[in-house]
Amino acid sequence: MTREEITTGLAEILEEVAGVNPEDVAEGKSFTDDLDVDSLSMVEVVVAAEEKFGVKIPDNEVQNLKTVGDAVSYILAQS
Amino acid sequence: MSLGSRIVALGHYQPSRVVTNDEIAQLVETNDEWIRDRVGIVSRRIADSETVADMATVAAGKALANSGLAPTDIDMIVVATCTSVDRSPNVACRVAAKLGIPAPAAFDLNTACSGFAYALGTVDHAIRAGAARHALVIGAEKLSEFTDWTDRSTCIIFADGAGAAVVSATAEGEPTGIGPVVWGSAPEKGDAVRIEGWRPYIAQEGQSVFRWATTELAPLALAACERAGVTPGELAAFVPHQANTRIIDGIAKRLGIPQAIIAKDIVESGNTSAASVPLALSKLVERREVPSGAPVLLFGFGGGLTYAGQVVRCP
Repeated sequence: MTREEITTGLAEILEEVAGVNPEDVAEGKSFTDDLDVDSLSMVEVVVAAEEKFGVKIPDNEVQNLKTVGDAVSYILAQS
Repeated sequence: MSLGSRIVALGHYQPSRVVTNDEIAQLVETNDEWIRDRVGIVSRRIADSETVADMATVAAGKALANSGLAPTDIDMIVVATCTSVDRSPNVACRVAAKLGIPAPAAFDLNTACSGFAYALGTVDHAIRAGAARHALVIGAEKLSEFTDWTDRSTCIIFADGAGAAVVSATAEGEPTGIGPVVWGSAPEKGDAVRIEGWRPYIAQEGQSVFRWATTELAPLALAACERAGVTPGELAAFVPHQANTRIIDGIAKRLGIPQAIIAKDIVESGNTSAASVPLALSKLVERREVPSGAPVLLFGFGGGLTYAGQVVRCP
């Protein structure tokens, strides 16, 4: 999977879970500050991402995923 | 010995003092919109001088009055609580003394927020074994006493109250009204909700609890339906622990029960731990929202982490 494909997949999840416009999703965007994803929605995003990409993202890792790019890198490393 | 048991009556008690989100916003940096969005609470009830035993007694007294039974009929009292300040006597004995129940088997049980469903399962088993005939099952909490009113992550959530049920042995040929309990724990996640130490405050890892509750619990709740021989589509109502509306919605979505009433007493009552399920159930029945005999799925979960649930028939 490429970084672009993972970003697109995350954009779909963010739209579904938190109503984020897919066009706003880019690697440099912060989940909290730019995309307005709160801490509980972030958990829903992580759970959906685990299913979609077949990876494990433990609780203690979630706080390190500040930006979309952080999540893309983590998923890429695990898959 | 009896083949089963059923809830014959319910009762509840909430302190008269209503605390709104705006009042909380005067104590800590938060606001009404944020609290509604994150946990779904609009207002909660906070006790003044009432103790856990006081609240348990009023709820139990109402349930007893609604049952038509006399205090002398009650031979077992189980109180689910994690916030009684007294180490002894236990809350169950205090309730017995205040209601004039002469010699019941009386004990408290602590599995935090899942307590009522644990207590109901325990009492059902005792009745089936012939160890009791008419029992009081109570959930009562005074979480305000264990709340750090300077911690905005917890003080917006927790509240006080009590709910109670009278549970009686079923007569011969009468269908059982309490389905098999599905219970257990996830002890490796014990640090996710804590009231630790001497004079402690509640602390929790919100994201960790949210994830556990919204991903792990729906299959267990469905197992409780299956064990009771009830399909999710037959449920009249779902009464989960009132932890957070987003957790409640998350579990309900996975259960696939669009026809059922989803209890959301948290909106006006806050999170009252072991009291939340009987409080919400008692109000549903009092408002006649669920017909007598209709199947209702109860599911408690919380500190431990622990969980328990069963399908009951409404009185």
